[in-house]
Amino acid sequence: MEANTHVHRDDVASKLGMWLFIFTEILLFGGMFIVYSIFRYNHPVAFHLAGEELNDTMGLINTIILLVSSMTVAMSITAMQRGQVRRSMQLLVITIILGLAFLVNKYFEWGAKFDHHIYPGSSFLRELGTGDTLFFGLYFMMTGLHALHIIVGLIILVWVAFYIQKKRTRPDKYVFLENGGLYWHLVDLIWIFLFPLFYLIH
Amino acid sequence: MSETAAQLNFFQETQGRKGILAWILSTDHKRIGLMYMYTIMVFFIVGVLLGLGIKMELIAPGLTVMGPQAYNSFFTVHGVIMIFVIVIPGLPAIFGNFFLPIMIGAKDVAFPKLNLFSWYLFIIGIITVLISLFTFGGPPDTGWTFYAPYSFKTTTNMFPAVLGAFILGFSSILTGLNFITTIHRMRAPGMRWMKMPLFAWSIYGTGWIQLFATPIVGITLLMIIAERFLKIGFFDPALGGDPILYQHLFWIYSHPAVYIMILPAMGVISEIIPTFARKGIFGYNAVVISTMAIAIVGYFVWAHHMFTSGMSTTAQFVFSLLTFFVAIPSAIKVFNWVATLYKGSIRLEVPLIWALGFLFLFMIGGFTGLFLGAVATDVHVHNTTFVVAHFHYIIFGGMGSAFFAALHYWLPKMYGRMYNKYWATVGWATFFIGFNVLYFPMFILGYQGMPRRYYDYLDQFHGLNIVSTLGAFIMVAGIFVIILNLIRGARHGEQATMNPWEGRSLEWTVPSPPPLENFDEIPDLTKSSAHPA
Repeated sequence: MEANTHVHRDDVASKLGMWLFIFTEILLFGGMFIVYSIFRYNHPVAFHLAGEELNDTMGLINTIILLVSSMTVAMSITAMQRGQVRRSMQLLVITIILGLAFLVNKYFEWGAKFDHHIYPGSSFLRELGTGDTLFFGLYFMMTGLHALHIIVGLIILVWVAFYIQKKRTRPDKYVFLENGGLYWHLVDLIWIFLFPLFYLIH
Repeated sequence: MSETAAQLNFFQETQGRKGILAWILSTDHKRIGLMYMYTIMVFFIVGVLLGLGIKMELIAPGLTVMGPQAYNSFFTVHGVIMIFVIVIPGLPAIFGNFFLPIMIGAKDVAFPKLNLFSWYLFIIGIITVLISLFTFGGPPDTGWTFYAPYSFKTTTNMFPAVLGAFILGFSSILTGLNFITTIHRMRAPGMRWMKMPLFAWSIYGTGWIQLFATPIVGITLLMIIAERFLKIGFFDPALGGDPILYQHLFWIYSHPAVYIMILPAMGVISEIIPTFARKGIFGYNAVVISTMAIAIVGYFVWAHHMFTSGMSTTAQFVFSLLTFFVAIPSAIKVFNWVATLYKGSIRLEVPLIWALGFLFLFMIGGFTGLFLGAVATDVHVHNTTFVVAHFHYIIFGGMGSAFFAALHYWLPKMYGRMYNKYWATVGWATFFIGFNVLYFPMFILGYQGMPRRYYDYLDQFHGLNIVSTLGAFIMVAGIFVIILNLIRGARHGEQATMNPWEGRSLEWTVPSPPPLENFDEIPDLTKSSAHPA
C-alpha cells in the first residue's frame, strides 16, 4: 500500500478472491475436458490403443510427487500457523523441489515421445490415423497447459518463500502463503484428473 | 466544488506523483475508471470510423471504396475492437470502477493493485491486437468470431488478434473477480444485499458471468493458436476434428458475453429512471431477481447462434425454448422501468432522455431477437443483415445508449462540472434519428435476403442501402456532437453541485469530484430503511 492510502487488510477477501480465481482455472481446463470427452466418444478404439502407449510408471511417479508436494505445502501452512517459521520455510522449499522434479520427469517423458516421432503435426501420427492424432494432440495440449500451471505455481511459491525471508509473510499474516498453497492444490487436483484420463483408462 | 482546503478531490490528490505517473501508478479506483474511459473512448472513435468505412463501401453495389479483402478486414477489426475493447469492458470497467465502491460505501475495491494490473493487461491486450494490423500477413479477416477452420487456415495475421482477445479476457476475469469480492466484503454497515443500488447488483451479476464464461473462450482461443502453430486437429475435419465444436465452445462464452454487455446497461437504466421519476424503483426485488435470472439462464442459450450449423431437432427445440425464457426477465425489467415512470414526478433531463431512448431501441432489438430465437424464422434470416440490425439495436442502441446515459448522468460527479444541456439534447436527437435511419433499413434488407459480410450486393438492395449509409453519417455527426460537448463540459463547464439530479444513492452524498478515499467516515446505513435508489 502507498503511504497516503488507507491500509486495508481483509484475509477473508483475499481467500475469496483466490477461490474465485481457482474456479476460473477449473473452467479453463473444463473446456479441454469437454473436448477430451467428445473426442474419446468419437474415437473409442484409437483412444484405447493410444492410451497404452503412455508410460504408466512415469505418470504414477509424477502423481506421487504432486500428492506429496500438496501435503508438504499444507504442512508448511500449518507450521506457519503454529509460529514455526523455519519449519514452514523448509517445507515450502521441499514443495518447490518436488515441483521441479515433476517438471524434469515431464521433460524426459515428452522427450521420449518426441524420439518416437510422436509430437503434434508429425507425419508419423498422421499415418496412425485421426484418433491417435487427436489423442496425442490433447495429451500434449493438456499436460502442456498443466505444466505451464506448475511453472506459474512454482513462481508463486518462490515469491512466497521470498516474502517469508523478508518477514512480510509471518505467523500473524500468512494469507499469501495460504493462497499460494491453494493454487498449488489446484494444479495437483487437475493432475489427479489428467492422470487417469490419459494413462489409466484403456 | 465543496471541498475545503483540508480535503482535496481525487484529481488534486496526486499522492506525490507527477504528471502521467499520478495516473498510471495510482491504485485509486476513480483514476483507474477514468483511465479505462479515455482508452475506451479513443478506440470507440476508431471503431466508429471503421464502421463508417463499411457503410461507405455498401453505399453502392460493386467496388466503391475498398475491395473484398479490405472489407473483410474492416468488419473483423471493427468487431474485435468494438466487442472486446469497448462493449465488454465499457460499463463495468469505467462506471463499475468509479462508482461501485462509492455506491456501497467503500473506500476502494477489494484489491486495488489487482485493479491496476487489470488495466495494464487491458492495454497489453489492445497493443497485441493492434500488432496484428500492422505486421506480416495483414489484418485478420475472419470476423470477430474467429470461426474455425478459416481462422487457422487464413494467411492473415491471426495470432496476435487471438492472443490479444485472450489477454483482454484475462483482464475482464480479474475485474469481475475484484468486483464480486468487493461487493461481498466491503459493503458499508447496514448496506444489506437487498438495499444495494441496482447498478451494484448488475455489476455483481456481470462479475459472475465474467468468471463463469470467459475461461471457456480463453481455452478456445488457446486451441485456435495451437491449431495454427501445432496443427493438432481439434477443429480440422482432415485430422479428425470438428469445426462445429469450435462454434459451440465459442458461443458458450460469447452468448453470456452479450449479458456482460447488457446487464450493466440495465443497471444504469435502473439508476437513472427512479432518479428522474423522483420515485423509488417499482419492484426492486423483481429487478434484482431478473438480473440474476438473466445471468443464469444466459448460459444455456448459446446454440441459438448455430441453428443452421447442423444440430439435432431436439437440441434446436431446447435451445429455442431457453432463448424465449431469457426474454422473460428482460421484459420484466422493461415493465418495472415503465411502471416506475407511471405517476412519477418526471424531470426530463438529458440522462432520462437517453434512458427513454434505450427503452425504445432495446425493445425493438429484443423483439427482433425473438424472430432469431425461433428456429423457423431464424433459418430464413440467418446470416443476413437482419442479424446485424438486431445485434446493433441491442448492443449499440441498448448498451450504447446506456453508456451515454451513464456519461451524462455521472459526468457532473466525476468532474464536478456540468455539460451544456442544449447541445447534449441536440446530440442525442441527431444520434437517435441517425441510428434508426442506419439500422432499421437493415431489418428490411435482411428480411429480403441481403447477406451480411459481403462487400457487394444485388442491385435490388441499392435504395435502402443508400438510406442506411446516409443514416450512418447522421449518427456519426451526432456522436461527435455528444463527445465534444462532454469533453467541453468536463473541462470548462459550469461547476456542478454535489447532487445535481437529486439522486438518492451514496455517490450523491460525497463532493463532486469525490475526495481520494471517497468518504471521511464510512457511512452507516443501519438506521435507514429505504432502498437507496
